[in-house]
Amino acid sequence: MKAIKIQKILFLGILSLMTLIYIGPFLFSISISFNADKNVFDWPIELIPSDMTLDNYKNVWKDLPFGKWLFNSVFITTVQTISNVFFAALAGFTFARLEFPGRKIIFTLLLSSLMIPGIILLVPKFIVLNELSMINSYGGLILPGLVGVTNIFLMKQFFETIPKDLEQAALIDGCSYFRMFWQIFIPISKPALAAVAIYTFQGSWNEFLWPVIVSYTEDMYTLPLGMASLRHELLTDWPLLMAGTIMISLPTLAIFIIFQRYFVQGVSSSGLKG
Amino acid sequence: MNFKKPKYEQRFWAYTFLAFPLLLLTVFVFFPIGFAFVVSFYDWNLLIPDKPFVGLSNYIELFQDEVFVKAIKNTIVYTIGVVPTQTFLSLFLAFIMNQKLRGRAFFRTAFYIPAITSSVVTSIIFVWIYSKPGLLNYLLNGAGVESHIDWLTNPSTVLPAIMMLNVWTTSGYFMVSFLAGLQNIPASLYEAAKIDGASQWKQFWKITVPMVRPVTYFVVVMSLIGCFQVFDQIFVMSSGGPDNASTTMSYFVYQNSFKYFRFGFGAASAVVLALLIFTVTAVQKKYFPPDAY
Repeated sequence: MKAIKIQKILFLGILSLMTLIYIGPFLFSISISFNADKNVFDWPIELIPSDMTLDNYKNVWKDLPFGKWLFNSVFITTVQTISNVFFAALAGFTFARLEFPGRKIIFTLLLSSLMIPGIILLVPKFIVLNELSMINSYGGLILPGLVGVTNIFLMKQFFETIPKDLEQAALIDGCSYFRMFWQIFIPISKPALAAVAIYTFQGSWNEFLWPVIVSYTEDMYTLPLGMASLRHELLTDWPLLMAGTIMISLPTLAIFIIFQRYFVQGVSSSGLKG
Repeated sequence: MNFKKPKYEQRFWAYTFLAFPLLLLTVFVFFPIGFAFVVSFYDWNLLIPDKPFVGLSNYIELFQDEVFVKAIKNTIVYTIGVVPTQTFLSLFLAFIMNQKLRGRAFFRTAFYIPAITSSVVTSIIFVWIYSKPGLLNYLLNGAGVESHIDWLTNPSTVLPAIMMLNVWTTSGYFMVSFLAGLQNIPASLYEAAKIDGASQWKQFWKITVPMVRPVTYFVVVMSLIGCFQVFDQIFVMSSGGPDNASTTMSYFVYQNSFKYFRFGFGAASAVVLALLIFTVTAVQKKYFPPDAY
């Protein structure tokens, strides 16, 4: 029994050390963001700055186009999240419930597209959007991310677990397929829809590669791109940079903490699929 | 009884519902796959209207390009360094977490936070940590290891530094995958092992590792694909430098396609990267299948 106790202490020790490693960097960046002294490089490095201020958080709005980037990020993320939820549910419903020629082929095609490394699509996507005059525009930033195959797959899987008796009455009453989808399937799918919404939100809010490619002017930057572009200019003002990065992490962090179980479930179901 | 609507009606609604998603996926996924190959056979520059067909010469130029060869080397070093480290670390952490310890939910949340945070944010924080007067050198010196290098501007440390960041970022995510797998292992297996007097260490290797094999497969595939395409961290932390010491294949694709606008050449390099990813995942599937036990 004593051996088990020692082992427990050892394990807790390892986990606590790892917690410091995983959380420590964020604590230090929070500390720097409140530091009134711009010279954050004086040793010793202290977790609690001797001279604290909120000015850095105010200056982010004043000295940087932070408001504009925030608007862009919020706008793009909102449109992509709503669109993904709606179309993933609609397409998932179609694959799960309707019979039509090509159903299997189309679905297999969709699934196989998941195996394509995204990097190969960059140049052709750019050329297409350039032909449509959508480079450096909301259209170019938003359109390619409106529908996600993984989301369609998740919704199809979910709808297939719903017993078919449920829609029988509606079908006999002559209810249209769209009404059936909207009034029967959507209301009972809240957990699945929430999962799709959360994944899309996180992905869209943190997206970096695509905005780097299509946004040319500062007014079309998203928050991650804006902060990355300052990394070279602002090397002398770490407190300001850290205040900005802390603020853009807050929405994803809040959503993660509130909806933790969706993350854990999502990972576990995709993990078992492999 | 199973009531169904007439076939033509189902067909009509099915195509109507799928029209928009399929249109978008065609324009931004299916068409680009084929088009990528087409572009790679042309000397296609955004800024030059004339786009002559050049056959394989983009590919030939690629393999004569020192920077591309270096990018392949860097990408392979990066992947070989990161994938096993983070797979083993996340399995190890999941194994510990799976013991009935107090505060499990807290640890799980803490380990997951880097994975849900924007890559730009974590990269910026680590630029500070890796800088000459930054946290890493401070801690090293505090522990008695004399260190005054700037980790990201030194050609021999820049890639390992970014690799460490990558392990830090994603191991929590993979740990949760493993944890789900571990919870599906029947407790009776461990009980039987305990009765036979097997040590914790032996249980880990003889029960845990073989039983989570499907999850390991998933983790390795995801981790491989992520590493081969690593971009955000390189862009923010080093821009491929110094002297291309951290130029990876995806950064090379970006640089040639969207800085020099050499679309043909850039597309060719992306095709090579995609083929490399396919080959490696196919080899993995053949020699390390998810369900060998």
